[in-house]
Amino acid sequence: MPLKTQVMVSFYQDSVILMRVAAQLRTLPDVREVAMFMGTPANHALLEQVGLATDTGRQAGPNDLIITVDANDDGVAADAIAAARTQLLETRKAREESSEFRPRSLESALQAMPGASLVSLSIPGPYVKDEALSALRHNRHLFIFSDNVPVEDEVQIKREAQRRGLLCMGPDQGTAYLGGKGLGFANVVKRGRVGCVAASGTGLQAVVSRLDALGEGVSHAIGVGGRDLSEAVGGLMALQALDALAADRETQAIVLISKPPHPSVLARVIDKMATIAKPIVVCCIGAAPGAAAANRLVWVETLDQAADAVVALLAGRTWQAARFSDGKQLAAQWARLDKPEAFAGRQILGLYTGGTLAYETGHLLQQALGADHPHRILDLGDDEYTIGRPHPMIDPRVRTEMIVKAGGDAAVGVMLLDLVLGLGANENPAESLVSAVHEARRIAADNGGRIAFLASILGTAGDPQGLESQTAQLHEAGIHLFATNADAARCAAMLVKPQLQAAWMNRECP
Amino acid sequence: MKIVDLPADDLQVVNIGLESFAQDLRDQGVVVVQLDWRPPAGGNARMAALLASLEDDDDDEAS
Repeated sequence: MPLKTQVMVSFYQDSVILMRVAAQLRTLPDVREVAMFMGTPANHALLEQVGLATDTGRQAGPNDLIITVDANDDGVAADAIAAARTQLLETRKAREESSEFRPRSLESALQAMPGASLVSLSIPGPYVKDEALSALRHNRHLFIFSDNVPVEDEVQIKREAQRRGLLCMGPDQGTAYLGGKGLGFANVVKRGRVGCVAASGTGLQAVVSRLDALGEGVSHAIGVGGRDLSEAVGGLMALQALDALAADRETQAIVLISKPPHPSVLARVIDKMATIAKPIVVCCIGAAPGAAAANRLVWVETLDQAADAVVALLAGRTWQAARFSDGKQLAAQWARLDKPEAFAGRQILGLYTGGTLAYETGHLLQQALGADHPHRILDLGDDEYTIGRPHPMIDPRVRTEMIVKAGGDAAVGVMLLDLVLGLGANENPAESLVSAVHEARRIAADNGGRIAFLASILGTAGDPQGLESQTAQLHEAGIHLFATNADAARCAAMLVKPQLQAAWMNRECP
Repeated sequence: MKIVDLPADDLQVVNIGLESFAQDLRDQGVVVVQLDWRPPAGGNARMAALLASLEDDDDDEAS
């Protein structure tokens, strides 16, 4: 049965809207797959790759919407396409009839709202540079969620921002907070005294969520994009952000969150920190601690430690690292594991929606198990999984499919998972995760195998998904929940290498 | 290097892209204008670059 395609010419829609419509169509009887993409070069490549490219679809340009349906017969496919068209046209009509002013250009938007201080960009990467430079020429700060932005564009945009004394938060920045308001994937947190500079989205979310749980709040959290501390970008925005937080009266302590910066950039950042008279916590996961510029600078290894350390510093206490974030909870979860010795020597598969959480796990496993361990830790928000589709925190399909598939992989003994809540994220991420885990567990059991599912939830009591109900869903599904991702990762390491459990738990867990 | 003046209590945002982000901001009490964005020049990259270079010349606001 061939695929059926229709192209809606000059009908631009954002990827989240398309995901929602496509998800509804997939629930129709006899519909196997639905692809709804704008005809950008990247999306054409993706459609070829997944076998959903058609001659009709190949004619579409970047402003044209491709709807392709794979169904049991032509009639079903035609009905599904008609349903998609109707829904999209109705949405557009409702929008046009609403009283909301929707300007077509940045200029008219700024005429309507001259007090705007920030332009937020979440459009396809190749279009970012022109819109970003235009916003900077109008002296507005930038938050750039888009990924797939060429690094030379990033450097050009950031140099211009720096010249004008403006922020360029991104590209590929998932989260930021300005004046207590969250941008992008943001957890609902208290406003407070801690300022953050983050070359990481979920890393920042993990730190501010833990701060919230500890009763501390955030002044501003300036996300700078994952490449800011690379040699190519040279920390242009991180240095700018440190100056801004140093001068900000609300900010009483600063946390830097990133993967390992390029050594030359790290040196510049440390030099800058030495000039700041506020306590600073450095969480560059996997980077060797540098010089503690004066006594105000504390290096930590994990995201939860970053929050714990800054809270201690603000209280005037000395902070000391512990093996586990919550040893009591870890011991309780360990006790719930059925025959933990059965997982010795098995493989760990980490399927993460949060990139920095995946990185943190990779780092901790390497420390515990050596550099050449056989385990696989995947960041499913990475560009290779997100071209043409929403981030897995919004659309969890890429992960749920991989969880189910791993159920049939006899080598996998332990699965490590994250569940990220907050604004922008899927409205009920636990639901799809739980059903995928049940399915994977059933497949594993049919093959005579067993998988331990370990997870942590990144969220706050104020998040719209409801922290309690999300927790309860995972708990009821028999997923072992830990206080932090670091504890989940360490527990996974102990399962596959029992000597670690003897060395770590007897000493450090009550 | 100029020190950035961080927006304090009156964040107002122009949102270009995912509409769900505009709604999340409104839910936090932020005033948002959502742009009706589509790829410039009908997605023709060369034409879009030409238009952008014309803009460079005429829309620079004074600092």
